[in-house]
Amino acid sequence: MTETAVETGRFTHPVTVTVNGAAHSVEIETRLLLVHFLRETLGLTGTHVGCDTSNCGACTVLVDGTPVKSCTMFAVQADGSEVTTVEGLAPAGGLSPVQEGFHEEHGLQCGFCTPGMMVTATALLAENPDPSEEEIRWALSGQICRCTGYQNIVKAVQYAAAKGKEG
Amino acid sequence: MYPARFEFYAPGSVEEALELLERYGDEAKVLAGGQSLIPFMKLRFASPSALVDINRIEGLDTIEEENGFLSIGALVRHRDCERSDALQGRYGVLADAAPQISDPIVRNRGTVVGSLAHADPQGDWGSALLAADARLEVVSSGEARTIPLTELFQGPFTTSLQPNEIARAVQVPDPGARAGGTYLKLERRIGDFATVGVAVHLSLDNGTVGRAGIALTGVGPSNLRAEAAEESLAGAELNEDTIQEAARLAAEAAQPRTDNRGSADYKRSVVRVFTERGLRKAAETAAA
Repeated sequence: MTETAVETGRFTHPVTVTVNGAAHSVEIETRLLLVHFLRETLGLTGTHVGCDTSNCGACTVLVDGTPVKSCTMFAVQADGSEVTTVEGLAPAGGLSPVQEGFHEEHGLQCGFCTPGMMVTATALLAENPDPSEEEIRWALSGQICRCTGYQNIVKAVQYAAAKGKEG
Repeated sequence: MYPARFEFYAPGSVEEALELLERYGDEAKVLAGGQSLIPFMKLRFASPSALVDINRIEGLDTIEEENGFLSIGALVRHRDCERSDALQGRYGVLADAAPQISDPIVRNRGTVVGSLAHADPQGDWGSALLAADARLEVVSSGEARTIPLTELFQGPFTTSLQPNEIARAVQVPDPGARAGGTYLKLERRIGDFATVGVAVHLSLDNGTVGRAGIALTGVGPSNLRAEAAEESLAGAELNEDTIQEAARLAAEAAQPRTDNRGSADYKRSVVRVFTERGLRKAAETAAA
């Protein structure tokens, strides 16, 4: 979409980043943060900018399977990587167990932190399919929710873990 | 919050990275985990003309025991330390510090060595590694050298690393089998900087203390070694009297300032209590 958005030069860099399975080869400004690459260059606005200071975790995405705060990584660093955003969690025509859990257990109120929460929960369950409540709270401790008091977020992840065992 | 413009390089070898540093001098910054440098660039506290991203260089991401040292490479993340068996037991001061750095997502990217190079006086690794008597292995296009951590920190966010140098690893001397340690951190919430942190690292020698390392976070212009407290314990038997005396000396070495995290008196008192607790726990591990 924006392959010609910046003139190439000293302060730009060509990258190929695979986002939710689709490869994007783009010339970008080196100072472009990953979160802005996702939201503005690719139009994937599911990833939110919250605090913009590495505190809140609303911008969390997976880079090669690992949760990172996309406001604290330059897009150019993701060259050659696979990025998964909240838009990439759902299988075709359905919801992932984590998404279903947030729906069933009402794991959100305003929804602002939800994309980051679901991305981190997905990574947690990939590594540890049967986490304790403490392990869930620990994994999500880098993310801030100002509505729920976290109770239903934890329940949502527990729902997803139980669902995963069934599947 | 955009950083100033910069040129970006992702060299595939240390040699290439060093060439870039020679070319740009103090206009370049080395980028490892970026969890401190990128926020600084966004706030424009730092505006390097060039970033040298070392993440694509192979061989820097290992934790190895060799030649009497535990060596933690420049790309070892906090998360790797959190999960490493090599840091348990006698390197307990490091194992206990790792999960207390920032928050789990920051720990996925941030590096130990990068944290040392950043030299935040409220950084936790600086204290843990000062207590463990660590040194930085540094390479440049000239001669390689090692910098003891006691000579690394020059003040807040200031180190003795030269612009043409790369910190390749941090090396911790093997304290022997009968050693232990811990890191105690007071923070208001996960992800916050330490109000106070105390690192304790002990090696025992026939029931008395061989070497004691005690270092403090958040109570000075850099991470501080509590030298008088350390000396009071060398060769001493560890008992309630010697523990309390060392804790008193550690509190005396602190240079706390009143801020929104607590008063100077309060912080000094926390240093004393944490030093006592840390010494007891370190002694338990060392004797086990």
